[in-house]
Amino acid sequence: MATAPKQIEVGSDYKEKYGFFVPEDYIFKAKRGLNPEIVKEISWMKKEPEWMLNMRLRSLEIFRKKPMPKWGADLSVIDFENIFYYLKASDRQSKTWEDLPPDIKATYDRLGVPEAERKFLAGVSAQYESEVVYHSLQEELTKKGVIFTDTDSALRDYPELFKEYFGTVIPPADNKFSALNTAVWSGGSFIYVPKGVRVEVPLQAYFRINAENMGQFERTLIICDEGSFVHYIEGCTAPIYTTDSLHSAVVEIIVKKNARCRYTTIQNWSTNVFNLVTKRAMAYADATMEWVDGNLGSQITMKYPSVYLMEPGAKGDVLSVAFAGKGQHQDAGGKMIHVAPNTTSTITSKSISKGGGRTSYRGHIKIYPGANNCKSFVKCDALLLDDESRSDTYPYNDVDAENVTLGHEATVSKVSDEQLFYLMSRGIPRAEAETMIVNGFIEPFTKELPLEYAVELNRLIQLEMEGSVG
Amino acid sequence: MADFEIKDLRASVEGRQILKGVSLAISKGEVHAVMGPNGSGKSTLSHTLMGHPGYTVDGGSVIFKGQNVLELEPDERARLGMFLAFQYPVVVPGISMTNFLRTALNSKRGYDGKDKSKQVTPKEFRSMLKGELEVLHMDDSFLPRYINDGFSGGEKKRAEILQMAMLKPEIAILDETDSGLDIDSIKFVAEAVNRMRGPELGILIITHYTRVLEFIKPDFVHVLVDGKFVLSGGPEIADRLEKTGYAEWGHTEEEPKEVA
Repeated sequence: MATAPKQIEVGSDYKEKYGFFVPEDYIFKAKRGLNPEIVKEISWMKKEPEWMLNMRLRSLEIFRKKPMPKWGADLSVIDFENIFYYLKASDRQSKTWEDLPPDIKATYDRLGVPEAERKFLAGVSAQYESEVVYHSLQEELTKKGVIFTDTDSALRDYPELFKEYFGTVIPPADNKFSALNTAVWSGGSFIYVPKGVRVEVPLQAYFRINAENMGQFERTLIICDEGSFVHYIEGCTAPIYTTDSLHSAVVEIIVKKNARCRYTTIQNWSTNVFNLVTKRAMAYADATMEWVDGNLGSQITMKYPSVYLMEPGAKGDVLSVAFAGKGQHQDAGGKMIHVAPNTTSTITSKSISKGGGRTSYRGHIKIYPGANNCKSFVKCDALLLDDESRSDTYPYNDVDAENVTLGHEATVSKVSDEQLFYLMSRGIPRAEAETMIVNGFIEPFTKELPLEYAVELNRLIQLEMEGSVG
Repeated sequence: MADFEIKDLRASVEGRQILKGVSLAISKGEVHAVMGPNGSGKSTLSHTLMGHPGYTVDGGSVIFKGQNVLELEPDERARLGMFLAFQYPVVVPGISMTNFLRTALNSKRGYDGKDKSKQVTPKEFRSMLKGELEVLHMDDSFLPRYINDGFSGGEKKRAEILQMAMLKPEIAILDETDSGLDIDSIKFVAEAVNRMRGPELGILIITHYTRVLEFIKPDFVHVLVDGKFVLSGGPEIADRLEKTGYAEWGHTEEEPKEVA
């Protein structure tokens, strides 16, 4: 066991200097379960304005009333009364390195994740020492008028901007889990990119990481003003260990005229987690929204990033990859809602199942009356690595407009004997050849990632593949 | 004893016996040609020698470096020094030719991700590639492309020979390498193969037509009909087949297409 990570000195000027939200020392005792008192306490501790408290309470009502979804993965085992809905960072840190499951530790070793970083990922340390990078980036951003902060700070520091957009893309009543998130949200990222500003460096949650950022009920809000561009990256390839069994985030994005936003996710929660996430963007005239969504970890993931194509010329893309191993069910896909004419969308889904794992593609293309001349193309490819694994496709199409081009292609395949024989005939051992074929299969996804993520993802697939098929 | 000895090899596909006792001894430095009409078992021979899972060995042995390679996995055969240039090279999407060539070369050298001294250095890799690409009249642009993906017939066959040149086998099987090639491509491929000829390489050319043998002169020619060799001898046999075809064994050119 190495020494404990060096903690960042938290001075009184901390927030000013780094833009971090450092919770003050409240007297709050974490309790399980959910009721209006808990919600009030969360809001009080965060010193929120009254409108937010009211919105939280209203959302709690909605959450209580809404039934559990009857489609998708089996969620009946979630015990809502046995969950901590708000934990201070200091409460989360009760774990020690020794408590970690050996497989998680082994994966960190194999991936070569640096010491300080793996402690953060494992929930042992609340902070990750990337502030130096973050600090210089933050200066650049401030010059351009870009806001990049955590969502709690944004509510405090930019109240009007926040109130104008919060909950407008995904209202609390959208679904049971968006209601839950709105009632108890904490952490997440807030980004505002002013008109015409292009942020050339991808913004990563990693830069601005603290325990709240990777909490259970993150809330992210991104506003791309006219003609702007931003690429945001959420998560990381290394597994994130948490004892919290439910992760239910909401991500809202507004992409205004001529703007472009790309949102990249690499989700690799430990396999005890239910990951139920609502992600949606509104794209206006000639705007482009791209979701690049990779799901590797968790026990169950239900996630369908969507784009509402609100005005002519809007374009939506979803590129998703799901990897389901033993005991995992990845129910993922995308939704494209064509509200305006002359809008285009594509959904490309790649899934890999092994060891009895299950992947489902679930997609919805909706084309409203009057949204003529729209184009949408869906392609889903599933790769099954053995006979016990499973893959399903659930495409839903509603077309109420004229002159629409709608395409759908789906394939299910196994690692081909011919491909395997070809690679092996060149001296490449079977396991390595299989890994190459799987990495090749998801290459359309990997090539969209920044290089370091792509490299890590390939290594992770290699780890997942070891001894899997024969 | 020859370096590579096929003894009484019998093999079947989907329960049907195709090879009915094939024996052939190849020594390094020699070029052997196996010729035969469609359906005679030429492809079965090449696939069985390399260990394709769709072909069942019913008997016989193939001894190379003191081992019966029929008991080895295809990758083990390759690392022992065998190579098969495919008649129909397989498309593998998402993996670049560069990545493929480098991985294959590292595997051949026994690099398993640990002992860095076995790993091919970028500089060495580049310089090896450069020389071989020139001989094959190929340019760099195909390196970032996916394995055989969208390659023309000529590009695929040249890419096979490029892999052979990089991996430097001791026994190379060229399966219908001339099929689907225009005359210029055949010349480039033949030139590359001829450059590799020498005391360290034994070659088995499998072909239907004699054309490729004008460019790669064989030392021995064997005629395969119905799963057995019916004639073996020197290059003069190829000349004879050029004139009369396989008619003397009851085969005409209008045969149904060869299986597998």
